[in-house]
Amino acid sequence: MRLPRWFHLLGSPPFVYGFAGNVAPWLGAVSCVLLAVGAYWGLVVAPPDRVQHEAYRILFIHPQIAYVSIMAYVVMAVAAGIGYVWRIKLAYAIAVAAAPIGASFTACALATGSLWGRPTWGTFWQWTDPRIMSETLLLFLFLGYLALRAAFEDRDKADRVSAILAVVGVVDVPIIHYSVIWWNSLHQGPSIMKLDKPSISPEMLPPFLIMVAAFTLCFFWLLLNGLRGEIVERERDSRWIRQLVEGTRG
Amino acid sequence: MAPFVTIVLRDLRIAVRRWSEAANPLLFFVIVTTLFPLALSPSADEMREVGAGVLWVSALLSSLLALEGLFRSDADDGSLEQLMLSPVPLGVTVLAKIAAHWLITILPLFALVPVLALSYSMPITALPTMFCALLLATPTLSVLVALGAALTVGLHRGGAIVGLLVLPLTAPLLIFGTRATDLGLHDEPTAGPLYLLAALAAFTLALGPVAIAAALRVGIE
Repeated sequence: MRLPRWFHLLGSPPFVYGFAGNVAPWLGAVSCVLLAVGAYWGLVVAPPDRVQHEAYRILFIHPQIAYVSIMAYVVMAVAAGIGYVWRIKLAYAIAVAAAPIGASFTACALATGSLWGRPTWGTFWQWTDPRIMSETLLLFLFLGYLALRAAFEDRDKADRVSAILAVVGVVDVPIIHYSVIWWNSLHQGPSIMKLDKPSISPEMLPPFLIMVAAFTLCFFWLLLNGLRGEIVERERDSRWIRQLVEGTRG
Repeated sequence: MAPFVTIVLRDLRIAVRRWSEAANPLLFFVIVTTLFPLALSPSADEMREVGAGVLWVSALLSSLLALEGLFRSDADDGSLEQLMLSPVPLGVTVLAKIAAHWLITILPLFALVPVLALSYSMPITALPTMFCALLLATPTLSVLVALGAALTVGLHRGGAIVGLLVLPLTAPLLIFGTRATDLGLHDEPTAGPLYLLAALAAFTLALGPVAIAAALRVGIE
């Protein structure tokens, strides 16, 4: 079977470096516009909640950040798994770039969640809440992945060993998603990601979805920038990097 | 089956000949469980409440201590390479190593747990549930510890990082284990958490050796 040309190009560091450099600014720009629109719509235009009044407005930030943190883990684990199976160095680079971004998003999800918990549940932190615990576990998985990588001097070995850890950690992703269904949680059940009609007020749905798109694009923007840095780091002895550096100097 | 038994017996023989090394985690378990009451200085009622949690956390920590011996010494003297080159599937070898680790470091805990449980003024009626929970949870624990040991087998000083990798993954064991023990203390039905522990054990014993074998192949090169 003949694979199309672009498929082979995806394995070439100079091509991906250039491609990411071209796409990243667009993602960043669209993400910023969507963030501004969604924030204005959500914080000013959308009506206050009947029960939570104005405090509910973190709804337009917290679930999106938490969702992106899980997506970041999936991106990292899938990329690491692809790298492990097919020995693709660029896939490892994607996984490495995703890890710190995912860790930051997870930390932000925990922080915004506890800020939301204070006025609505009366507590910043609930040790027995399964979703908080599984999200905390996700943070430890990201940090463990980074720590394990840092412990190896040989990058090739670090790539493959940490890939195994990343793939093993995927078991946490369904646990986070189903934690509100399997156990009694302070978190509400799923209200958007279900087959039925979303149980969110139609006036609140558009800014909610705009913010989902904004944070998703924001993640990929950061990911592509991180990937460019990682590619330069890995390919620093190759000729095309040297030409690139000399080109910018000259 | 024969190679499995051979490897288990070999590891047991090594543990018996270096018994002081094998005894360290047990001693550690006893010391940690002694330190908790000293630090908390609780009343007898409070002791009973915290007892289950303390025993579980101590068991987790002491099994981490034993992980250096799991693959490291074999990797250092080259016998692990020989085991990997042998026609026995690596998954079977790994399972045998895990079984030996369980027999050496976990099984003796079962002798210590009743004594400590009584010193924490837990009723004797709670012991059967505690044993069941430990019996179902500790195979998973051994698999996780072996995974941590395998991921760091290529590192010369992997001790500190293993805790970071393994301890978060043991959270479900801790949750369901203490839950079962608590329910047992209050004479309530304990089947739910015990089934979940059994499911975790089946899951990790089936898939864990695959991941551990992959990690060993990368680590030993």
